[in-house]
Amino acid sequence: MMYISNNTKTKCIFVIVSSFLLVVSFILSLSTGQTAISFSDTLKALFQYNPADTEHVIVRTSRLTRAVIAMVIGASLAVSGALMQALTKNPLAAPDILGINAGAIFFIVFSITFFPLHSLVHFMWIAFLGASIAAISVYSLGAVGNNSLSSIKIVLAGAAISALFTSFTQGLLVIDEQRLQSVLFWLAGSVAGREMDMLLPVLPFLAVGWIIAVFLGGSVNILLLGEEMAKGLGQRVFMVKILIGLVVVFLAGSSVAIGGAIGFIGLIVPHIARGLTNSDYRWLIPLSAILGASLLLLSDVVARIVIMPQEVPIGVMTAIIGTPFFIYIARKGLK
Amino acid sequence: MQTPQVKCKTNWKAYIIISILVILLFIVSLAFGSTTISIQELWNHLILQSNQHDFTINVLRLPRALLALLVGAALGAAGLILQSVIKNPLASPDIIGITAGGSFGALCFIVFLLGVFSIKLLPIAAILGAAVVAALVYLLSWKNGVTPVRLVLIGIGIAAGMNAMVTFMVVFSETAVTTKAYLWLTGSLYGATINDVLQMSLWFSSFFLMALLLAKVMEVLELGDELAISLGVRVQLLRFALLFISVGLAGAAVAFAGGIGFIGLIAPHIAKKLVRYSLLHLLPITAMVGGLMLMSADLIGRTVFIPLDIPAGVFTASIGAPFFIYLLYKNRHT
Repeated sequence: MMYISNNTKTKCIFVIVSSFLLVVSFILSLSTGQTAISFSDTLKALFQYNPADTEHVIVRTSRLTRAVIAMVIGASLAVSGALMQALTKNPLAAPDILGINAGAIFFIVFSITFFPLHSLVHFMWIAFLGASIAAISVYSLGAVGNNSLSSIKIVLAGAAISALFTSFTQGLLVIDEQRLQSVLFWLAGSVAGREMDMLLPVLPFLAVGWIIAVFLGGSVNILLLGEEMAKGLGQRVFMVKILIGLVVVFLAGSSVAIGGAIGFIGLIVPHIARGLTNSDYRWLIPLSAILGASLLLLSDVVARIVIMPQEVPIGVMTAIIGTPFFIYIARKGLK
Repeated sequence: MQTPQVKCKTNWKAYIIISILVILLFIVSLAFGSTTISIQELWNHLILQSNQHDFTINVLRLPRALLALLVGAALGAAGLILQSVIKNPLASPDIIGITAGGSFGALCFIVFLLGVFSIKLLPIAAILGAAVVAALVYLLSWKNGVTPVRLVLIGIGIAAGMNAMVTFMVVFSETAVTTKAYLWLTGSLYGATINDVLQMSLWFSSFFLMALLLAKVMEVLELGDELAISLGVRVQLLRFALLFISVGLAGAAVAFAGGIGFIGLIAPHIAKKLVRYSLLHLLPITAMVGGLMLMSADLIGRTVFIPLDIPAGVFTASIGAPFFIYLLYKNRHT
């Protein structure tokens, strides 16, 4: 593998460039859609808001919420994927591949079928529970045996757990036709149709997750030297692993609670970030967050315009980008 | 190691036991449902031709049980062939995306072509979809030959991508179609007709016959490519033919009952416990085990939760996933 950068300066430049990319994608996301709005109008809507102007209202209400959600989910999934790939030492690890998303989805569908829940915060905790159960099952399955955590084994375990939860979800939805109609678009992965008011209570929790992830960067670097070495350097390996696991599951679960099954972001972005940062997790994690947010924003823009006036669910969009990438990594070879 | 003679005996025992089980389950399937039909009444119906329960038995339960048997058999056989060809006990049509390909083909047909062509061509669309995906997986896994691990990994990736496409089709079908499409995707035998049974039996028997004819050479192939070549087997052609049969069986099953998972994975393993390793015997036994599994899943789905009719696919997955995990655990040192 070629590493592009080795010193702090180039890494700084990458962070700045990708932040710039993020800003551009953000504005692009606010201005494109059924009514195209010029860049200058978009900026005006943000900074000199005029409630009488329809275009301003469009930007400030539906599109802003949507863009924020895309960024939040993109960043969370990418960070979750990056940590997961470090924890399992597997380049194919990602929340969707390892069945964590499917677990979260099943728990959410189950609880809305049987309990009257509406708050996104509740969904977030339920998703967290489901994601944890799936993650623990997959990880412990992957870890048994001599060749513990071998790539193929953990991916297969993920596929099985994923299939299990997916068919449970399908079973619940088939019984309840009305609910199927209302959750289907969410299930396919969508960043549209949520209110800002619902999102706001969740944001502080996610922010805590991101901050912990960023601070874990140094510990991840040490952990990747090998457990023996990490122990020798005085790291409490078990605690670090548990913490990484919690952050992974929390971020992935919350993303599902907000946007449903959006795949492949957690797989692709960490690989790009790894190439740019020479696998230094202190930089890799923030960079993954920024790039993940940009990638999901851009996917959302494309999803909105390819078959206007309808939209492609964003989960389908990311799968179209992600499947070739997955194949590329799988072909490149695994241990 | 047991001696071959002893195992030959158990072979027949296996056939007899499974046949009895199939017949028993068949009778139970006819008897139970939202109205229970007693053995006496069933006897009257079948033997004495009374027509008290004509509708319930002839229209509702008989086609459904038969279709379950056939679809399960097709899936089991497809799984066995696939596992033999790619030499991996963990392969099955649903895990490596073949089923999803079939679903996608069928959905495309329903959404775009249904006005143009007759619904009878649906199996062809499903088989085509399954074949395209199988070819894609095989080609993409090719890198100085195909290794089973790479094939399974790439299959999982393609399956994830195909599932997203399937979701896309469902989201974009009209509301009236959505629910039906979704039910069908989960894998259900709801609404099976005698016509479906006839068509499926045609598809099944033709592909299954081909498989039986190739069973002996298939065993040679399992010994390894080089040995097979030196014994005069045209390896590439044979592998292609076997994959074609497996895809045909899985595709036809998808066309009639949707995405029923895990039978292709499990049935061969159960069958291997029952008979001596000879593909000629394994094929029919696996098929019967598969049929048995799907019949029981469907029976549970439509009787235990009355008035709900839970798709059989949910039950095959809930039995199948733990079994898959057990297989992973058993193969943990490889």
